[in-house]
Formats: sequence, C-alpha cells, structure tokens
Amino acid sequence: MDKFFNSVRLNSDLCKGCINCIKRCPTEAIRVRNGKAVITKEFCIDCGECIRICPHHAKVAIYDQLDLLKKYEYTIALPAPSLYGQFHNLEDINIVLCALKRMGFDDVYEVGGAAEVVSELSRDYIKKHREKWPIISTACPSVVRLIRVRFPNLIEHLLPIRAPVDIAAVLAKRKAMKETGLPKDRIGAIFISPCPAKVTAAKNPLGNQRSEIDGTFAMKEIYPVLLPYMKEVCKQPEELAISGKIGISWGSTGGEAGGLLIDNYLAADGIENVINVLEDIEDQKFEHLEFIELNACNGGCVGGVLTVENPYLAKVKLKRLRKYLPVACNHLEQPVGKEALWDKPIEFEPVFELGESIEESIAKIAKVEELIEKFPGLDCGCCGAPTCKALAEDIVRGVAKETDCIHVLRQYIHKLSNDLSMLDLNQGGLKNENRKGTDSE
Amino acid sequence: MSEVLRLQYHISNSDFTRAGEASSDVKRKLKQMGVDPKVVRRVAIAMYEGEINMVIHAEGGQIEVIINKSEIKMILSDNGPGIPDIDKAMEEGYSTAPDNIRTLGFGAGMGLPNMKKYSDSLKIDTKIGVGTKVTMVVKM
Ligand code: SF4
Ligand code: SF4
Repeated sequence: MDKFFNSVRLNSDLCKGCINCIKRCPTEAIRVRNGKAVITKEFCIDCGECIRICPHHAKVAIYDQLDLLKKYEYTIALPAPSLYGQFHNLEDINIVLCALKRMGFDDVYEVGGAAEVVSELSRDYIKKHREKWPIISTACPSVVRLIRVRFPNLIEHLLPIRAPVDIAAVLAKRKAMKETGLPKDRIGAIFISPCPAKVTAAKNPLGNQRSEIDGTFAMKEIYPVLLPYMKEVCKQPEELAISGKIGISWGSTGGEAGGLLIDNYLAADGIENVINVLEDIEDQKFEHLEFIELNACNGGCVGGVLTVENPYLAKVKLKRLRKYLPVACNHLEQPVGKEALWDKPIEFEPVFELGESIEESIAKIAKVEELIEKFPGLDCGCCGAPTCKALAEDIVRGVAKETDCIHVLRQYIHKLSNDLSMLDLNQGGLKNENRKGTDSE
Repeated sequence: MSEVLRLQYHISNSDFTRAGEASSDVKRKLKQMGVDPKVVRRVAIAMYEGEINMVIHAEGGQIEVIINKSEIKMILSDNGPGIPDIDKAMEEGYSTAPDNIRTLGFGAGMGLPNMKKYSDSLKIDTKIGVGTKVTMVVKM
C-alpha cells in the first residue's frame, strides 16, 4: 500500500476551479491548476474540510459500496458511536443494531464496546508512562497523520494503542470464528464510518502493519437504508448493545478523555484549533497535562464529514442515549493483549521540506522571501495557491511561475506594452531620419 | 558559497495576542529546512520567551534571525528600561513583571532562565534607560 494513500479525491468533471477549497485546506495541500483542483497527497490528512466547503460537490470521499457484503460468508457491522447521534427520537441503541442486521449484516459489534477496552488500556498506559506526558490521543487518524508530517517532536507522545474500531474488528472476528467455525478470511468486518480519515486508516493503518477491518461504509449512505428497518424492529429489538456510558461518549469531543477518569486533560476539536494546540504543546506551553484529546472535526466524530446530523444536536442525542446506561460494560476480561498495541512505530515524514540539504533549503527560503516582496500580499488565490507565500514556495519547488500571480502578470504586460511603444517610437524616429536623408538629397 | 538566511521581525508593543508570531514563523521555516526537530523546538522556545519578554518589559523591539548551516543566531533588541541586575534576572522564578501581566500567566520569572536553558549561548548587553540587546545562538 502506498504510504500516502488518501480517501479524499476530486471529481474533476464537477470542479469549477472556484478556489474555495484551497483556502480552507489546513495543510495547504490543494492548488488550482488549469482550472481544476489538484490535491498533493503527501500533504493531505483526509480531514474532509474541502469536502465540506466545495460548493459544487467536486470533492468526494471514497468508501466501499453495499455489495461488498456479498464477498463474505459472514459479515459483521462495526458501528461507530457517532452513528447513534444521527437519528431523531432514538431511545434504544438496540434498534439501530437490529436494523443493521436486517439490512444484511449477520452480526453487529459496537465500536463503543471496544472503546471501553481502549479506555482501560489507556488509563494503565498513562499511569505507567509519566515521562511521556502529555500523552496525545491517536483515535482521530487525521490528527495522527498531521503529527506525523508536521510535528516530529510530538510523535513520542502519541498513545500507542490501536483505535477502538481496530480492536472491535479483532474481537468481533474472534467471536464470529467461535460461533460459526468459519475461517477468518470468510468473515468480513465492516466499519460504519463518520469520516474519510477512518476509511484511509482502515486501508493504510498508522502504527500497524494491517487492520482487521475489511471495508468501510459511509454513515450518510447507511442512514437512509437503515431508517425503514428501524421502524420495523422498533417494537421489540433484540438485545445486541454492549457499550456503556464511556463507550457511547467516544462519539463526541471530550468523551475519550472523560473515560480516563482523570481531571488533568485537554480536549480540543476543529482542525485549526487542533493545529494551534499542537504548536503550543510542541513549544512546551502546556505543562503538567496528562492527556490531550484532539479531534479534527468540530464536535468530534459526530461532526465527521460523512455524517448527516448537525454535530451539536448529535452530541445532545448521544448524551440523552447514554443517560441510563452503566458507566462501562466492557473490561479486559477477554485478553486483547499485544493485538491492542501498535506493532509498527510511527515515523516522521518530512513532506514539507523545501530542499535536499540545509544549505539548499536556506537558499530556497531566501528566494521565497525575495519573491514574497514582489507579490501584493493579497492572498487572493487567483494564482491557484492559497496565499502569496504558498505561491512563492511553489515557485521554488519548481511547480509554479511568477506570472501565475495576476498582479505580477499585469505589471509584466504593462512593461511589455511600454517597451513596445518605445520600440515603435524608436522605429518611427528611424524612419524620420531616413526621410530626412532622402529629403536632403 | 555559504548560504545565509536573514530574517527581520518587528515586535509591536504590549500586543500579547501577536506575541509569538515571529517565533512561529521561524519555527515553520526551520521545519521546511529539515533542521533537526529537537533544534527547531529549542529555537522556538528560546525565541518565544524572548519575544514575550520584549512585550512585557520593553514595549516591543526588533528581532533579527541569522541562519546558516551550522547555527541559528537570534538578536533581540529593544529600547526598553534595561535590566538592572542580570544575575537576579537569570534566577528561576525571579520576575519584575507587573501584576496585571502576571495574572495573564506570564511573568513567571522563567523567561531568561529558559532562554539560557534552550540556547547554546546567551549574551546580554543592557544599558539602564537605553535598552537591551540579547543574542542567542542555537547550534544545528
Ligand atoms: S471548491 Fe475546489 S474542488 Fe470545489 S469546485 Fe472549487 S476548486 Fe473545485
Ligand atoms: S474527529 Fe472523528 S470524524 Fe473527524 S476526522 Fe477525526 S476520526 Fe474522523
């Protein structure tokens, strides 16, 4: 698998080159070239901001289609807790879970259940690794990817425990193998995801060689399919739910941190806020914190770009749903052991470096500074880059030119036309001289 | 030819919301250069402390950053009141910051000690009533 696989893509037929997305991308990964958006995949963290902003729906996320279910003899749905916040008047989570079975899954395994196991493992890890404080959550793959390309100093602070969905897949398959006697490869564990970042993480996990997740469906695609089934089962749903308060809470900001039962934490959401927090942690401006929960989306996973409900309403709904649940229903009784931990350390990927060596980079940044002086500083985006500075960097990277800036181009044309008229004058002068010559004959 | 990058920053007076912009910019550039992340972090912390100091004590000033392949030199100059007792100012926890600034969480007396801790060399030229020039070097 390509180490920079992305699930956010462009549908170029729909793209109008309107530059809305280049302005919103937090890692400046998008440019408009020849009237179409282009994503530099090394810079893209799959946060989905461009999907949110594109007025023409040209930015899309890839995920699996429902017919994937046919590929396996036995299938298990892994619903993220944020799914429950999507429905109006839902009183019992079992209704959603039963509806998933009706729509074609053989079983369901709540990601929230596995999340409680992760909470338990995290509590232990945090206690034993004081030297790594503040420990940073790794549940949001966009954040992990961001840290990997931009915050090398923070890599050692990452919580080296697999995301709840990965653990859910392991546990669900183990259960299914026992119950059905089928071999692992005939069982499909399919995640119902709130975002493209988790689609990417399932295909190309960070911190792990391989994920047990066999496919990912988008919440917004499953939602309309589930509704009629939910009506059917709502009278007497089968008891399938396995998560308590802690597990459900993971669906919105602060839920993961809350499950650690400590006070000394910070929880931030929204990618811009996340970046600011990471900058400040890197500069050691926060000290004495035990844990930092970061979610790329506003409101946490309920705000994922593949969800349908307003994240703040979804958050309220989750709160209501968990009200009468026990604190946690899952403990480490089934040993998850080594499978729960990262088996492949995350490495820094310096994708933003400008040159091969420090000398070369110094020269290039000096050139960037020089170029910036020539641009008007309007950050208008007409050149296809989000800011004048980004254009200057593109020029030194060799992928753009000065005259991509319409202001520079205008000056250039102005000068050219001046030069031309000078030339004209001069030539006119020459002709006159000649005439004089002839006159004097 | 040895490449050198010179950067100039103007630090405006008492504007806490903007304090830190210069050090962030330097941090970003050093990352783009592929400088060792540990070095980047030291520069960012030392320079941020310096920037904040200039805002708290001297109503702003100028910072010049000179980068070559072996070191990063930061020269912070202000026209502030000067530091009467440098040895004292270097003590952890010693602060002359006014109360209104301490309530903001600054002025914990870690400025100069941190600048010293995170740089390889620190030189202070100060004249009472004239200003202070701090030169810090972090080696690559
Ligand atoms: S927002 Fe981006 S992807 Fe959408 S139409 Fe405009 S340029 Fe194209
Ligand atoms: S916060 Fe949740 S929904 Fe948003 S990108 Fe991260 S994992 Fe996905």
